[in-house]
Amino acid sequence: MKIIESWRICKKYGEVQALDDLSFSVNESEIFGFIGPDGAGKTTLFRIITTLLLPDEGKMRVLGLDVVKGFKELRRKTGYMPGRFSLYSDLTVQENLEFYATVFGTTVKENYDLIADIYSHIEPFKKRTAGKLSGGMKQKLALSCALIHKPSLLVLDEPTTGIDAVSRSEFWDLLGKLRQHRITVVVSTPYMDEAMRCDRVALIQNGKILSVDEPDKIRQGFSRKLFTLRSADKYSLITALRKYPGILTTYPFGETVHVTFSGDSYDDSLLRHLEGLGIKDAVISEAEAGIEDRFLELMEKGVTE
Amino acid sequence: MKGNIVISVRNLVKKFGSFTANDDLTFDVFEGEIFGFLGANGAGKTTALRILSGLSAPTSGEVMVAGYDAGKESEMVKRNIGYMCQKFSLYEDLTVRENIMLYGGIYGMSRQLIREQEQKLLDKLDFKEFRNRVISDLPLGLRQKLAFSVALLHQPKIIFLDEPTGGVDPITRRQFWEMIYETAAAGITIFVTTHYMDEAEYCDRVSIMNEGRIVALDTPENLKNQYNALNIEEVFIRIARPLKQTV
Repeated sequence: MKIIESWRICKKYGEVQALDDLSFSVNESEIFGFIGPDGAGKTTLFRIITTLLLPDEGKMRVLGLDVVKGFKELRRKTGYMPGRFSLYSDLTVQENLEFYATVFGTTVKENYDLIADIYSHIEPFKKRTAGKLSGGMKQKLALSCALIHKPSLLVLDEPTTGIDAVSRSEFWDLLGKLRQHRITVVVSTPYMDEAMRCDRVALIQNGKILSVDEPDKIRQGFSRKLFTLRSADKYSLITALRKYPGILTTYPFGETVHVTFSGDSYDDSLLRHLEGLGIKDAVISEAEAGIEDRFLELMEKGVTE
Repeated sequence: MKGNIVISVRNLVKKFGSFTANDDLTFDVFEGEIFGFLGANGAGKTTALRILSGLSAPTSGEVMVAGYDAGKESEMVKRNIGYMCQKFSLYEDLTVRENIMLYGGIYGMSRQLIREQEQKLLDKLDFKEFRNRVISDLPLGLRQKLAFSVALLHQPKIIFLDEPTGGVDPITRRQFWEMIYETAAAGITIFVTTHYMDEAEYCDRVSIMNEGRIVALDTPENLKNQYNALNIEEVFIRIARPLKQTV
């Protein structure tokens, strides 16, 4: 069974087209990621999936239920963790968890198995009020609360934004473990490196899906030969590369610069060109494209089409 | 490495009661350098940043920023640094022009100088048509470029950036890093704090804090070689994991 089926969903806020004709499906027990910048439409889409917002056009079925007509039943079966911390800051860790369990007509004891891995990290502080927890701890509590009624679908809106790299990595490990409980996870993030932790991802920009696939396949969709260049003076290197006749794209990429050439190759004239502009230490090598290279390529196409 | 030292920290200690937030920090940052300042939540980054920007005095140790003692001459430090964070930087209900006037005024710049700097800024960003638009009408990418330029309006020697490219699309992000490179090439020091290790890869050198101490400081390349890691994220996870969980 498909967990989510979306047909041509559109949503406008006044003149702004937040979601533009979105069609996709999510399979059972997969971790499905929406990867895109702020303003791409991720939160709007998640609010439609969780029945908190109505689409203007299109249809969506979640767990076999229509998001408009079946909202009451659907809300019992989904867990939602919004982007902003939304637990009660003046209740303790334990009180928050018990509150969420009660609202969904269950008990902490009944579903403790499901959250044990996550909750055990914060249980030593269960008497502390939620407002006094660190970012990573708040996030683990929020995840516990979203899971306590054993939902079939868990929807997480930017769960790792503002969290340090150690906690982020732990968080993704915990999500991976939910597969064994057959819980489907839909998660959004603005960070490309997190795409690789998902089973499938949708790249989203300006309310449109640019590509949906397994992260490795998206990466392999990069259509050109990619090269990396290094030099101690990156700024001069970038400026000089843009003046090279055969250059197609030039993007800074961490310590290196990623480039493509119009003929997919370069010759000796490149290093001579750089030397002529005072860059004598440039080193070039061929490289494998990452998911961010592909995102850049898809964005450029969107601009030129 | 470039010659002049613009931030010099010697044996910096900051205590809150019995808790030591910064435990004997010693490091230098150079002119025109892009310096990444990393650490897990609670490692002591924010405390150090507040001291470097003149908002808090060290318990002991010597901290010189842009030629001034951060403990004793904090007002002079503030005048010579700029600050931009991803979450808040410009007033959304003011126009581009009004934001520039406001920031220039706060930094005590003359009307004439503000006008000159405004002109330069608008030319450089190709922003003239937006002069009288309110910030909330601008796309996020433009806002961030503008915020960065406004933070440089008073010509500081150092600019502090907190997660500068968080949440922007990959193209805008790279345009932003090119602005950072260009600024650094002009001799301004860029001090970046971030949780995102791929942002750290863009820095000339990075330091990693854990439990109040600096546990690593080198170029991204050297750190990756030293820890035999593919990326800075791996280095970070290996050495920045707190020994005991803190809340």
